[in-house]
Amino acid sequence: MVEEVFRAEYGRAVSVLTRVLGDIDLAEDAVQDAFATAVRRWPVDGVPASPAGWIITTARNRAVDRLRRAAKGAEKHAQAALLAHEPEEGEVGDVPDDRLRLIFTCCHPSLAPQARVALTLKLLGGLSTAEIARAFLVAETTMAQRIVRAKGKIRAARIPYRVPRDADLPARLEAVLAVVYLIFNEGWLDRADLADEAIRLGRVLAELMPDEPEVWGLLALMLLVASRREARLRDGEIVLLRDQDRSLWNAALVAEGQDLVRRCLRWNRPGPYQIQAAINAVHSDPPTDWHQVVALYNQLMAIAPSPVVALHRAVAVAEVEGPAVALLEVDTLDLDRYHLFHAVRADLLQRLGKNPVPALEAALERAEHPAERDLLRTRLGLAAADQQDRADDDHQRDHDPHPDRHAAGLRRRGRRR
Amino acid sequence: MTQKYLLGIYQPDGEAPPPEVLDPIMENLAALNEEMRAKGVWVFAVGLHPPSTATVLRAEGDDVLMTDGPFTEGKEHIGGFTVIRAEDLDEALEWGRRLAGVLSPLPVEVRPIAV
Repeated sequence: MVEEVFRAEYGRAVSVLTRVLGDIDLAEDAVQDAFATAVRRWPVDGVPASPAGWIITTARNRAVDRLRRAAKGAEKHAQAALLAHEPEEGEVGDVPDDRLRLIFTCCHPSLAPQARVALTLKLLGGLSTAEIARAFLVAETTMAQRIVRAKGKIRAARIPYRVPRDADLPARLEAVLAVVYLIFNEGWLDRADLADEAIRLGRVLAELMPDEPEVWGLLALMLLVASRREARLRDGEIVLLRDQDRSLWNAALVAEGQDLVRRCLRWNRPGPYQIQAAINAVHSDPPTDWHQVVALYNQLMAIAPSPVVALHRAVAVAEVEGPAVALLEVDTLDLDRYHLFHAVRADLLQRLGKNPVPALEAALERAEHPAERDLLRTRLGLAAADQQDRADDDHQRDHDPHPDRHAAGLRRRGRRR
Repeated sequence: MTQKYLLGIYQPDGEAPPPEVLDPIMENLAALNEEMRAKGVWVFAVGLHPPSTATVLRAEGDDVLMTDGPFTEGKEHIGGFTVIRAEDLDEALEWGRRLAGVLSPLPVEVRPIAV
């Protein structure tokens, strides 16, 4: 029970206490104290009627005790006195603004992106430093330093604890959504806990900013991608969308995601996340209507053009206009460092009956995720064997007096060997 | 309570730009400083002579070692700075953004002052 409340309410409690205490570290300590007390008391006294309220009130009392005990100078006494007497309006009740403020502080553009992710997971998600370090494959001490440094900057540079003014909101919201999506992408392949945390944060954002279509767009996108999680890997190897077992898709997530996409469409204020969600909604309704996917990618290219979007668009173009047209488009893209660029080229080359091996090798050189590397290795093995067969065929054809008549038959025999 | 911030201006070593480039920049800079003063944000601002005019001192025991040149060798050095008083980092960054705009393409470092 305490564990559940912890997951659900940690961020809210830290947010409220940060406002009350004016300091993130004090707030975290107080909230952790309160949860430690809950672990001892709730099994004996029973779970309070409002667990979240209990945690926040207890945390605040703990902070007052702590400040009194630590008080050496008049200033700290004053702070403790202030805390003890100042009636905090709505403190125990729902003050949605507090979590929103904390999210904007954690995702402030003056912090490094990695630090934004770490702070958001720690302060709003309640993940421990060790958990975050594991998720991002860095040493715990490294992650601890990163978090301490970021908190030090928030304090010293006075990164404000407030929702940005309207003029700054679009850009600042974009940074927040990017952090949540980054957390999701880090986890969606094989770290379900991180992906779930990102979805939870997405739901909190949607609750706090219900009038921002992009917030709902991001949530819909994450739900639709997550709906295919069980079908995405087979024996640790990636299964491409077209080969997935659709009975493994999570129907509830698909339905919720598609419902949100429809709501976004009615809004008619499209943005990059909403369009990506719409593309995933089309995929979730097989057989995929590729014309619609291309149209959506065209829309995405119009409002948020990037080579990566162009690459994904080309994949859809291949389904509508054929691999030759798609390859022409792919070859104009400056994405040499991106493994998917080479993987897509390999697929198109193969469909055109050309040698995909060099492109697959380039993709393998650049891919980092083990599951992606496994998939590429498998494809490379098949393609290399295929190329060998063709080379053998060509060799035989050189000695064949009637190459045209026999080539097709030889190739089929060659494949079967 | 407000916080003071240093807006440090980094510039490449070497010749200053010719007057036809520099003069309008300096005019815009003067105008920005004036606006900062009018808003009660401006605390202090200086421009520095080139790093080749610097002398470095370092006490070792009873001696003080003296060397020619700037403390760090590099292609860029601090060319001047403005100290402002702001409510929080967002306000300081807004002024920093204005300064970087005037001095483009020189980078501006915004850093809180401790005391």
